[in-house]
Formats: sequence, structure tokens, C-alpha cells
Amino acid sequence: MNEDRRSFIKKAGIGILAGIGSAAGLFPALSLEKTVFPAWDEKPEPGKHRWGMLIDTRKCSGNCKECVAACHFTHNVPDFGNRKDEVKWIWKSSYENVFPTASRQFQSSEVTERPYVALCNHCAEPPCTKACPTEATFRRWDGIVSMDYHRCIGCRFCMAACPYGSRSFNWRDPREGIKLASTEYPTRMQGVVEKCNFCSERLVKGLDPACVEACPEQALVFGDLNDPASEIRKLLESSETMQRKPELGTKPSVFYII
Amino acid sequence: MIEKALKGSRNYWLWIGLLLLGIGAGSVAFSRQMWEGLTVTGMGRDVSWGLYIAQFTFLVGVAASAVMVVIPYYLHNRKEFAKTVIVGEFMAVAATLMCMLFILADMGRPDRVLNVLLYPSPHAMVFWDVMVLNGYLLINFVSAWTVLGAERKGVPTPKWVKPIIYLSIPWAFSIHTVTAFLYAGLPGRHLWLTAVLAPRFLASAFAAGTSLLILVTLVLKKTTGFDAGNEARRKLAVLATYAGIANFFMIGTEFFTAFYSNVPAHMHGLQYLFFGFEGKSNLVPWMWLSLLLGFGALAILLNPKLRQTSKWLVAACVGMVSSIWIDKGVGLVLGGFVPSPLEEITEYGVTLTELTVTLGIWAVGILVLTLLLKVAVTVKKEQEA
Repeated sequence: MNEDRRSFIKKAGIGILAGIGSAAGLFPALSLEKTVFPAWDEKPEPGKHRWGMLIDTRKCSGNCKECVAACHFTHNVPDFGNRKDEVKWIWKSSYENVFPTASRQFQSSEVTERPYVALCNHCAEPPCTKACPTEATFRRWDGIVSMDYHRCIGCRFCMAACPYGSRSFNWRDPREGIKLASTEYPTRMQGVVEKCNFCSERLVKGLDPACVEACPEQALVFGDLNDPASEIRKLLESSETMQRKPELGTKPSVFYII
Repeated sequence: MIEKALKGSRNYWLWIGLLLLGIGAGSVAFSRQMWEGLTVTGMGRDVSWGLYIAQFTFLVGVAASAVMVVIPYYLHNRKEFAKTVIVGEFMAVAATLMCMLFILADMGRPDRVLNVLLYPSPHAMVFWDVMVLNGYLLINFVSAWTVLGAERKGVPTPKWVKPIIYLSIPWAFSIHTVTAFLYAGLPGRHLWLTAVLAPRFLASAFAAGTSLLILVTLVLKKTTGFDAGNEARRKLAVLATYAGIANFFMIGTEFFTAFYSNVPAHMHGLQYLFFGFEGKSNLVPWMWLSLLLGFGALAILLNPKLRQTSKWLVAACVGMVSSIWIDKGVGLVLGGFVPSPLEEITEYGVTLTELTVTLGIWAVGILVLTLLLKVAVTVKKEQEA
């Protein structure tokens, strides 16, 4: 081929590509998905924020399941009514299951009989992200341990690695287990792992996580653990709190007032 | 050379047909699993790995044990292993292939398997396992095939293959060490969280793998008349004995550490496997059977009179392979999940679909081994003639 023709075609090709690219930037209305402007307008800086949660178990009442219902509805978490296929992001459990390594001898029965809310701890040193062979689960710049459902190969290594049982696998098509679908968050496909995402999709809109908002007793407090002036930090300063299995060195971002 | 696998007796083709039937059944079961999801297996939220991963673990050991013939033949120039070495290497090829198929069968999205290479993650042990297993398959196939090809043409083995054969020795250790690291680095799974896991994997691999190799050479002798020699089998039996003793010694040390320290989390896994935990005891008979078979095999192997009798040798080898298959191919993986990190107890029961897929994968492995050995035996026999 003639050298001139060849370089002309090359340049024209680059020009066309650049044109398409800038058009998408100039007319954001044309893009397929609308961008929600974040609640903070600064550039993401790794380690600056670390989202965390404090659960005041004294306020949590026995039969109430508002947090679970709100979360599972918002995120289209399926319910198949059996333990084997179970998918859960947040759940209520007993003292000995949530804190299996904590002391139980001569503990007040009021404390051991209270219900305890369990969810992903969004660890600062997460064993799950380390075990993931595709970076389908990763720790974000704001401390949230997140999932890319489109990259997950379904090897379930993260489930074996998580010492808190916080991860669920879609053993079957989750859409069959969703009675009332929410439009707030996409459904998942069969064969991938999922878990609590600290409502990252709500945080960018400036909203609290769905469970925090739904709790009638305000037992859940959400905030930035790296901000000394935040409510969560003040509560951590003023109350006796504990984390789940601190001896494993995972540094959970979820704290409990017993 | 592969054309040698296309000419065989009636029995050979019957055997191939039987294996193809098994592969067919496995494929049907696998397509059902793909369609309905892994819910068709016995796995669930609490026991999230089962038979597939357990078979994978056992077979990595079988693959690694090829080193038990490569070291004496190529490093120490022990001529009595001349006919066994090709069998060991081809067995490693078939076993590694099965390992990969078991991983694929266990994945929720096998269509995305290449993500492991597209987004390489050196912090994940799976990434390294995929690397070393593929490498091991390639190394063993290339070295065995090249050496055999040279033998067929009656020319000396090309020089470039020697370094590859030497490389296969540390590589064999690496595949099983990395496989142990898949388990041994996870917090909250106390049965696996032990530094002795990798050495124990190697010991059990060398015990079960060499025993299996002895059995394969005996089958070859019976079906094809190709005899690897009693001398090679005798030496392999000695290796299996030492490795078996090392394996049971390490199991013993696990018991000591768990029960003498009296730390509940360390005891739970072993309690569940060997004595039952909070009334759940599905695996207890299996684990004791495993110990019984293992100790029985060692008793035969330690007795010089018995181990030199072909029948007793077969019994010992079958015992050793079954013992370690139960220990590694069932107990080890399930024991890591029961009780769960939240101390909930859910037992695992295998399903027919899962079992059929497993049989299908074994059939693929045995088919590949049959074809490769058919080529090897034909070439060796032509040389002798």
C-alpha cells in the first residue's frame, strides 16, 4: 500500500475515535447511565475515609427485623426459605454465634440472650480480598469491601477465607427468590458471590445505609472512623465496645456496644 | 506417535467405550449443574466446598508423586526405574488434567476462568496454583513425550529436555505446597490453619501416589504384558512406607497440639471428624476406616515377607490409596467447614449429580492415561522386539 494512504487512514481513524470520545463527554445526556454526583466533591484519596458502623445492642429489640427487611429489599437479596441456598447481607443471630470466641462463663443471661446483628465487617485487613484470584472483591479507597459481580468466577475462596460467614454464594438463579423487586440495585446472576456493600450506592447520594435508616431504635450508627469529630468516633470514645474475633487481626470496621 | 493409541484389541476398545460412557454421563450431569446452578450439589452456605475440591486436593498429590520415580531415575541414575518413569510422568499429566477439571466443575462461572489470567493477583494463592499446575502439566507432558519419541526413533534424547526434567522435581514439590497454602493461610478455619499442612500433603501424596503407581504398573503387566519390574515396585513400596509413616506421624502431631493445648477452636474440626460434634457424626465411620486402612497397609508394608508377595502388596497399596483418599479427598476439606466460623454445624451430603460429574472427570483422566500409556507401551514393546 502507498505510504501516504496508509498514514492518512491511520490519522483519520484516530480522528474518528477521538470525535466519538469527546461527543460522549460533551453530551452527558446521551450516556446510557446517569451519573449521580457524589455527596463529597473531593477527589477519592485512599485511606482518607474509612466507613464504619457501631451497633448498640442494648437498643436492639428481639423480634424486630426492620434492618434485615430494608437491606434485603433494597438490594434484591433472594429468599429461598432454606439454609443451603441462603443468601444474606445482614442478619440477627445469637451471642455465641456472633462472638464465638468471647467469654460466656457467668455472663449475664440478659446479655447472652439478646439478639445481635451481624453483617460484613468491612475489615481494614480483609482476608477475603487477599484470597480472591481476580480482584472481583476488593477494598475501596473509603474502606468498603466491595464486589464486582461481573468479574467474580464463583470459586468461593472468599467464603472460605471470611471468618465471619458474611459472604453468600448464588447457588441458583437469585431472581427466582425475589418476591418484590427493587429498582434501587441490580439483581445478581447465578454462580457469583455477594455480600453487604455498606450501601455504597446510597452513600454517593448522601444517604445513610438502608439498615441504619430503617432501625426504629436508632441502634445503628454509621460514619467515618477516620474523622475524630464524627458521631461514631465520639461514641467509640465514650462507650465500651467490642469487635468480632479481634484476635484474627482483620480489624473489623463494625463495632458493638454490649 | 499418537496413532499408536488407535490400534488395539477388543478389550482395549471396550475399555475406551466404557470410559466414554462415563464421560457422557458426567457431561449430562454437568450440563444440569450449569443450568440449575451449584444448588444441585450437596454444597451450601456453610459447607461451600465439597467433593470437587476434595478430589482436586487428592489428585494434586497423585500428580506430585511422579517425582518419586523421576528423582531415582534421572538424579541417581537407578536403571531399575527405566520402565516406570514414563508411567509416573503420564500419570502426573492425567492427574493434573483432572485437577483442573475439578476446579472448573466447582466454579460458579467457569466461563470466566480466564479472569484469573486477565487480572493476575499474586496475593491470591489460587493464582499461583493455576500457574504451577499448568506448568507442571506442560513440563511432564513435554519431557515424557520427547523422551519417548527419541526412544522410538532410536536416537539419543535431545539435550534440551534434561533441564526440563530436572525442573519438574522442585516443581512437583511446589504444586502440592501451593495447594496446601490454599488452605493453610485462612484465618478462622482451624483444621487447616497449621504449618504442618504442606509437609503432610507432601507425605500423604508420596504415600498414596507411589502406591497408585505400583497398582498401575501391575494393571499394565496384566493387560499388556508390559512389566515395569519387581525391583522398581519393591523400591516404590519402600518409599510409600516411609511417606505413609511420615503422614500418620503428622496426623498424630495435629491431635497432640489440638487436644493438649485444649483450645476449643483447634479441637473442633478433629472432634467433628473423628468423634462427632454436638451430635453430628456423618464422617466418623469414614475417618476411622481411613485410619484402619492406613495402619493396615503400613503393617503389611513393614513386613518384608508380606510385601514381597504380589497379593499382599496389592492389598497394601489399595489400603494406602483408599486411606489417603478418604483423609484428603473427603475429611480434610469438609472438616474445615464444620463447625462453621460462627460455630454452626451443617453437614454435607453428596448428591447424585455431583457424584456423576466426579465420575465423569475421573473417566476423562483415566481415558487420557489409557491413551498415553497405550502409546508408551507400544513404543517400548517395539523397541524390545
